[in-house]
Amino acid sequence: MFDKTLAELAIGLKTGQFSSVELTQAYLARIKAEDDKYNSFITVTDELALEQAAKADATIAAGDAGTFTGLPIAHKDIFCTQGVRTSCASKMLDNFISPYNATIVDKFNQAGAVTLGKTNMDEFAMGSSNESSFYGPCSNPWNTDCVPGGSSGGSAAAVSAQLTPAATGSDTGGSIRQPAALCGITGLKPTYGRVSRYGMIAFASSLDQGGPMTKTAEDAAIMLNVMAGFDQRDSTSADRDVPDYTAELNKPLEGLRIGLPKEFFSGDINADIAAQTQAAIKEFEKLGATVKEVSLPNTALSIPAYYIIAPAEASSNLSRFDGVRYGYRCENPTDLEDLYKRSRGEGFGPEVKRRILVGAYALSEGFYDAYYNKAQQIRRLIRDDFSKVLSEVDVIMGPTTPHPAFKIGEKSSDPVAMYMEDVFTLSLNLAGLPGMSIPCGTVDGLPTGLQIIGDYFAEQKLLNVAHQFQLATDWHKQSPQGI
Amino acid sequence: MSLDRTDVDKIAHLARLQIEEQDAPEYAQNLSNILDLVDQMQAVDTTDVLPMAHPLDAVQRLRSDNVTEDNQRELLQSVAPAVENGLFLVPKVIE
Repeated sequence: MFDKTLAELAIGLKTGQFSSVELTQAYLARIKAEDDKYNSFITVTDELALEQAAKADATIAAGDAGTFTGLPIAHKDIFCTQGVRTSCASKMLDNFISPYNATIVDKFNQAGAVTLGKTNMDEFAMGSSNESSFYGPCSNPWNTDCVPGGSSGGSAAAVSAQLTPAATGSDTGGSIRQPAALCGITGLKPTYGRVSRYGMIAFASSLDQGGPMTKTAEDAAIMLNVMAGFDQRDSTSADRDVPDYTAELNKPLEGLRIGLPKEFFSGDINADIAAQTQAAIKEFEKLGATVKEVSLPNTALSIPAYYIIAPAEASSNLSRFDGVRYGYRCENPTDLEDLYKRSRGEGFGPEVKRRILVGAYALSEGFYDAYYNKAQQIRRLIRDDFSKVLSEVDVIMGPTTPHPAFKIGEKSSDPVAMYMEDVFTLSLNLAGLPGMSIPCGTVDGLPTGLQIIGDYFAEQKLLNVAHQFQLATDWHKQSPQGI
Repeated sequence: MSLDRTDVDKIAHLARLQIEEQDAPEYAQNLSNILDLVDQMQAVDTTDVLPMAHPLDAVQRLRSDNVTEDNQRELLQSVAPAVENGLFLVPKVIE
């Protein structure tokens, strides 16, 4: 049962093979038995889950079930969940019981979903390895000595270890796609503004975007159908119609034009990953696609531009954590400044502090033009590169990451080495474009991901392309040994 | 670009962030490395390139000035560290 997709589970629920309560109990028992190995959950919401499952079963019995009624999922602990601790994996919010729901949590509740719990992540989503979590690192189910990627590492590990059929994630510079690649699952970062950011604890507001993490592209479409849509409460929400993301999954790929940026296959990239990406492209050619080399000349600049813009926005966003209104407060503050400084100094971990400091520096008097403004100009150059290429091809493909999962501790003392792992994912957030990662092979027993990039609001196309690949290949069906 | 202890102290003060004495040299080193990385940007000619703040160049959406939220003060203050009579308590600011 644990290897079933959301689509398969939905059929099982509707045909009475099992109830939502039975399904939920099975997953809760599995989390309890197995998650010690991975640490993929921060909070398991047993009571809430069983309550939601019982309600879902009543809805199904009454004949009112929708596609998502009774399906269990997990939420990244960045999404505010009413009455449940929402920690963002930080000591700062260890005591924070959210008084409200994120819009996407509301949407899943309304769709009849069951919330199994809240998944581990890098603190405030700042990281590519899930090692900066206040609750300890999360392990990759393919090799528990390795990181699952980050920041949505807990969501990726939980799906990969079959502790939940699917999970939500958020992606500011690759935080859905990179852990999806490293854990061998499917992840989709939608177009900026497609999924509401309301109640998703802010990291870098012009880059943040929530999305689904699943076993298959079909499941990602089913989840995006629930998640996507305009939200008055998010000032940058896209006011556009939401198509049925499952409607075009089965369109043939005959005539699909694929662009391969030469910059994605050069430099410091694992040779096996490059070869497997090329093999995946060959599959698409068999499915009728045509391939041409393209160029995104400013790809390398996405790292410096991102590591100014994201920390600058983070330093501004995280100024709300001041020990006054919610979250951690230091003991016995001597005055207000001491209260601010120690609450923040004691409440944030090292990577969060580093990024706040970089951001505060970049935004400080005299440096704004050299850093923030310059980064925003480069951001436009990166966006224009994509626009040019996407006027010539339907999708862009390449590896999601330059290397497979690395060992826990291997890069944690060198922030810059860690940042380089994001080279293929950051540029999409800067441009605001949608992107997916789907499994396309393994290197030394660790999975690798193929990244598929599309034009603004072309999620339907990405899902169609990914689904057709998954019909033709079995990479997405591979599981870690023993699972 | 190399930052020293004094720079780190100054930035940490701007960010109202306490940095432990023994951690300061490592932060100075980390931040210098990060600034070296981002300095690659300075080699790029961006004359006449408009800075891009929003991926879709969208502008702020406006709405009519109506009350749309209920008053939820008690609920929202239920997670505050210290509250009295609907007010957030902090150390004495005015003597």
